[in-house]
Amino acid sequence: SKRSLNFVSSIGVTVFTKRVENAGSEPVSKVLLAFPNIQAKNLAAIRAFGTEGKVKGLSSVLPIEVVEPSGVPPELTFFSASLHKPLQKGKILHLDVLTVFTHFLQPFPEEITQADSQLVVFQDSSHYLSPYPVKVQTLSIRLPGGRVESYTKYGNTKLVDSELKYGPYEDVPPFSYNPIIVHFENNNPFAVAKELIREIEISHWGNVQITEHYNIVHGGARLKGEFSRLDYQSRPYARGVSSFRHLIARLPARAHSIYYRDEIGNISTSHLWSDSKKTQLEIEPRFPLFGGWQTTFTIGYGLPLQDFVFSADGKRFLNITFGSPMEEILIEKLIVKVVLPEGSKDIDVSAPFPTNQWQEVKYSHLDIAGRPVLVLEKPDVIPEHNLHFQVYYKFNNISLLIEPMMLITGFFLLFVACIAYMHTDMSISKNSPSYLAKLQWDEVQATVQQIQGIFHQCLAVHDKLETSLHDLSRTGDAKSCKAARKAADAQFKELAKELKPLLLSVQSSPQSYQIWPKLDDLVAKERELQDKLMARHATVVDSVEKKQRGQDIENRISSQQQKIAALRQEVESLLEYLSEI
Amino acid sequence: MAEPVANAAAPAPAPGRLRNAFGGVLCAFTLILIGVLAFSIRLFSVIKYESVIHEFDPYFNFRVTQFLSKNGIYEFWNWFDDRTWYPLGRVIGGTVYPGLTLTAGSIWWFVNALNIPLSVETVCVFTAPIFSAIASWATYLLTKEAKGTGAGLMAAAILAMVPSYISRSVAGSYDNEAVAIFALVFTFYLYVKTLNTGSLFYATLNALSYFYMVCSWGGYTFIINLIPMHVLLCIVTGRYSSRLYIAYAPLVILGTLLAALVPVVGFNAVLTSEHFASFLVFIILHVVAFVYYIKGLLTPRLFKMAMTLVITVGLAVCFAVVAILVALVASSPTKGWSGRSLSLLDPTYASKYIPIIASVSEHQPPTWPSYFMDINVLAFLVPAGIISCFLPLSDASSFMVLYLVTAVYFSGVMVRLMLVLAPAACILSGIALSSAFDVLTRSMKFQLSKLFDDGPAISGNGSPNGSSASTVNTSSSKNEKTEKSEAAPKEKQSKKNRRKDKEVTESVSVKPKKEKRLSVLPLEASIVSTLLLIALGGFYVVHCVWAAAEAYSAPSIVLTSRSREGLHVFDDFREAYAWLSHNTDVDDKVASWWDYGYQTTAMANRTVIVDNNTWNNTHIATVGTAMSSPEKAAWEIFDSLDVKYVLVVFGGLVGYPSDDINKFLWMVRIGGGEFPHIKEPDYLRDGQYRVDAQATPTMLNCLMYKLCYYRFVETDGKGFDRVRGYEIGKKHFKLTHFEEVFTTHHWMVRIYKLKPQKNRIRGKLKKLKSQSSKTSSTLAAGRKKNPWQ
Repeated sequence: SKRSLNFVSSIGVTVFTKRVENAGSEPVSKVLLAFPNIQAKNLAAIRAFGTEGKVKGLSSVLPIEVVEPSGVPPELTFFSASLHKPLQKGKILHLDVLTVFTHFLQPFPEEITQADSQLVVFQDSSHYLSPYPVKVQTLSIRLPGGRVESYTKYGNTKLVDSELKYGPYEDVPPFSYNPIIVHFENNNPFAVAKELIREIEISHWGNVQITEHYNIVHGGARLKGEFSRLDYQSRPYARGVSSFRHLIARLPARAHSIYYRDEIGNISTSHLWSDSKKTQLEIEPRFPLFGGWQTTFTIGYGLPLQDFVFSADGKRFLNITFGSPMEEILIEKLIVKVVLPEGSKDIDVSAPFPTNQWQEVKYSHLDIAGRPVLVLEKPDVIPEHNLHFQVYYKFNNISLLIEPMMLITGFFLLFVACIAYMHTDMSISKNSPSYLAKLQWDEVQATVQQIQGIFHQCLAVHDKLETSLHDLSRTGDAKSCKAARKAADAQFKELAKELKPLLLSVQSSPQSYQIWPKLDDLVAKERELQDKLMARHATVVDSVEKKQRGQDIENRISSQQQKIAALRQEVESLLEYLSEI
Repeated sequence: MAEPVANAAAPAPAPGRLRNAFGGVLCAFTLILIGVLAFSIRLFSVIKYESVIHEFDPYFNFRVTQFLSKNGIYEFWNWFDDRTWYPLGRVIGGTVYPGLTLTAGSIWWFVNALNIPLSVETVCVFTAPIFSAIASWATYLLTKEAKGTGAGLMAAAILAMVPSYISRSVAGSYDNEAVAIFALVFTFYLYVKTLNTGSLFYATLNALSYFYMVCSWGGYTFIINLIPMHVLLCIVTGRYSSRLYIAYAPLVILGTLLAALVPVVGFNAVLTSEHFASFLVFIILHVVAFVYYIKGLLTPRLFKMAMTLVITVGLAVCFAVVAILVALVASSPTKGWSGRSLSLLDPTYASKYIPIIASVSEHQPPTWPSYFMDINVLAFLVPAGIISCFLPLSDASSFMVLYLVTAVYFSGVMVRLMLVLAPAACILSGIALSSAFDVLTRSMKFQLSKLFDDGPAISGNGSPNGSSASTVNTSSSKNEKTEKSEAAPKEKQSKKNRRKDKEVTESVSVKPKKEKRLSVLPLEASIVSTLLLIALGGFYVVHCVWAAAEAYSAPSIVLTSRSREGLHVFDDFREAYAWLSHNTDVDDKVASWWDYGYQTTAMANRTVIVDNNTWNNTHIATVGTAMSSPEKAAWEIFDSLDVKYVLVVFGGLVGYPSDDINKFLWMVRIGGGEFPHIKEPDYLRDGQYRVDAQATPTMLNCLMYKLCYYRFVETDGKGFDRVRGYEIGKKHFKLTHFEEVFTTHHWMVRIYKLKPQKNRIRGKLKKLKSQSSKTSSTLAAGRKKNPWQ
């Protein structure tokens, strides 16, 4: 058996490679793997690949489950890998087991100053803890480079470059344990997300919106004493080497509308590169994270719908990665919420590993029934869990139109209500003084308009008189002129007759106090104007009949002419005023 | 010629109504556009920066709104905030003007009831622009009441973009003034409306609107003093009418009752001198009303007799009452006035007695340039507006003039009250521009029609022909005119209406004609001056946009500077607050100068000692004293206040001028006001404030200096302060009682932690040192061994 441990990052990855031989007489269908409880508690992922035969060939993933065989020490946790077909006597199986442990490395010392680099310690057994006897085994540990403070030395231990080798050990009995401790420098970012909430919201208008709320802490050795910005800025590599100042997120290609903020606003320190295959977002928290410091932030981005939502057999399904797009981050608690559009039915999920699941309802953007939310929760998520999962659901495209229709109906009803309000009489009492006053005022206005019409007719008659005078000066036909005057006189009388009842009704109305004086004025002025016009007309016609010279006529009527002009203007302005009411 | 006129006479009413309807729609559309303009001109801050709350006070309002939306209205009224003014706390529910918070809270609630997921922050950011749009509509209504639609539209358009108002209502400036200006203008509108109509309905609305104003802003005292002044003015100038009574009496009664419902005002609504004038005028109004009533009942001779009788008795009673009141008022030390009101009445009061009020930059008197910055060309238009108001002086226009005059005085005392001047200036400028356009377009119309008439007048000699042509001409040209000329006749009409209200005389009908004839200007002059006025308006618009985009949209928590490499962002404040909120204990207390109190509680969620609500002078003086004391004394003060972190703002590295060193003299002054051992002259060298080599030792040893300049010299080797422009006085020193825990990227915020109290044993150690060197050496060795200690 070979075992190699990789501590290049902050998360411990172990790979076993085993040759298993069935030495018994019965065929074996299961292989047991044992871990101490302390390690098993932090086991984030375990995967086994088996190949039968001597030569390494195509391997297949073996299903693994937790088992509790009888008669073993309680401090051990057992996993059993089921073989696809039982292993016959004497046959050999190659088994590769990949395990990922979190919190495998403990910072020691637990508190360091800004200048120190971070040392971590790792404890395990140099022998593989096997329930079976092992013929030959080795252990190799890959370290990130840098200083190695100390390691447990046994006979055949070698430290070459940054690789530590134990073994080979031969003929080790079952459950043998040989503790080792390695203490070494590791300045990798110990980024730990205490909690990450990913919200994936599907809109069938063409967008998948992803919002990720991070609560990140530096999980390494805690900072002790002062933080000096001066030291950090002037010698960033010497001072503050254990801190990290940025994280890199690899977002899917065609991600758009990317934002990065926290609860007090936008964070301006981020960079974005994108090409056709991926989008890379480098974000810097507001401050560099030293050991024990934490911060929260939110990133969000939109993805094109057709890249992630597909349809098959009358159902639609979302196919998207489960974990965080951040590189090298350990998530202690990941909650993935898939918000499906309102009206989705028959929701079903297939995830590559067990998760806690439940459903919620979210109300957003004018929802009535709410959107179904599928929540998946998983503790201790590592980049190895960044696999695709699928959510199947049924959704009818007609439901898309519900909200626009609702808005249209709403506004339509609003306008209808407005129109109805404008056209209905909402006064409480039909006898209230203000209501009566309004009615009377309407009446007065109508009458005034009639009166205006009459006055306009009067003015037209005036103009006719003028024209007749004009004709007179051209033709000297006094007779037709007199006839015109007579006609005008008759018309004036008729109009005055019409005017009288109207004036009376206006005068009697209590609402007319505003316009009455104007009207009165108008009537008086107009009467005067009429008289003047008639008088002038008579004078002119007389003088023409007496064959006086044009100059004399002009002289005789010039004073009248001025008055007439003034009166005419006054009447017109009064009329204009009335029409404006 | 005659025939078409005769025909047109019959269907005349129909086009008239259509024209009115068209005018109404055009007016409504213009108002909507003005609202959009008012809203969108305030969005520069969101576009250039981000959707974030600005400055200091808005953060407090934001925090209160968050609390309200989370816990509901009852919890809000009972809210005792233990995160500020430690260890005193503050009763928020009883000490805030709740109008703004309740408004934004109800908007948020409404929007969320419709399932539109807007955060409280978004609602708060956009409250001010929304209310500016509403305020411009209120301005339209108010001006329309005084001078007609044209002036109203003009004033609304001007108010929508007046820089003075923009400075307080850009998106994110979530402050009381944002809604208060709307409430102020709307209250005035309802008052004028009641005065014009005499309707009790509007009087009641007026009281409600006044209530909203009381809820929103302490400036409501301006209303409750200005309206009585106007009432008094009306009485004195013999304009008393029943409408005046209806406009005023319900306002005082209902308004005062409602105002007393607001916890922050409470019994102040009847007890303090700010409200005294309203009651006095209330009494006077009743006396006058009574006199008018009696006058109606009695014959003139009897009336005279009654008058003499009443005056003698009444005067005696009045004197007695006034004497009692004066005695009551004089018995209180501030004469019943609050400090802020007193500093308004006596501009030198604050600098003499209340350094805290004087220390705020917005409480300083403005400089001349700030008038041109804030109201720009309006400053020139306002006098014209006043003249226009006097041309036919009505109740409404006299109110405008009075409003302007008082607002000018108050803006002259405090920069902040420039905001009250802005609506007045806008209204009067709107009136001025509208009347100017009115006159100019009318004379243009007149001259043009004459120009067209000249042709027929030469060929034929009949003037009537010409005049009929001119009527046709006018009516057709009128239809083509824009809303301005459309509004002009309406304005005239309302002007006349009001005059009619007062006295129905025949002369009225003659007057406007005279005006018309007088105000005809030559065609060229009117065209040129119209163009000039339009150019003036254009200049104003350009200035406003510039002010909105460049001068007033910075959120002040994020600073930017443009350099050759592009935009550089200084986000240090939020960096520090984020650090505090994530990496200190929830109950840790943070001490800083009071400017940063609101932001610390809102953004970092940490308890502060003092904040921008400067209600306790002693507490602020304590912090000021600590900042101006030497390290050890400061440590003791802070430790007694259970402070764990001290936050200072330092601009010396990047040249940020409004930092704590520049504010430091106020800390000394305020601290010295309460604790006489802090003396201002100790910090000044020959009356000059400096921190270079010439500075006094007291200055160079005080906590503020040390916290700001700790290890500053190591940045460039000289310790050159970019704000002050010289090298600092004391360069190398160590902190003994404080340790640096965080400094932001540009050093603008530095946070220090109080070192824990020394072990008792070390105190003994010093005494023991003299006695036996052996014990001490072992102890010291023991300490050395433990490097973690």
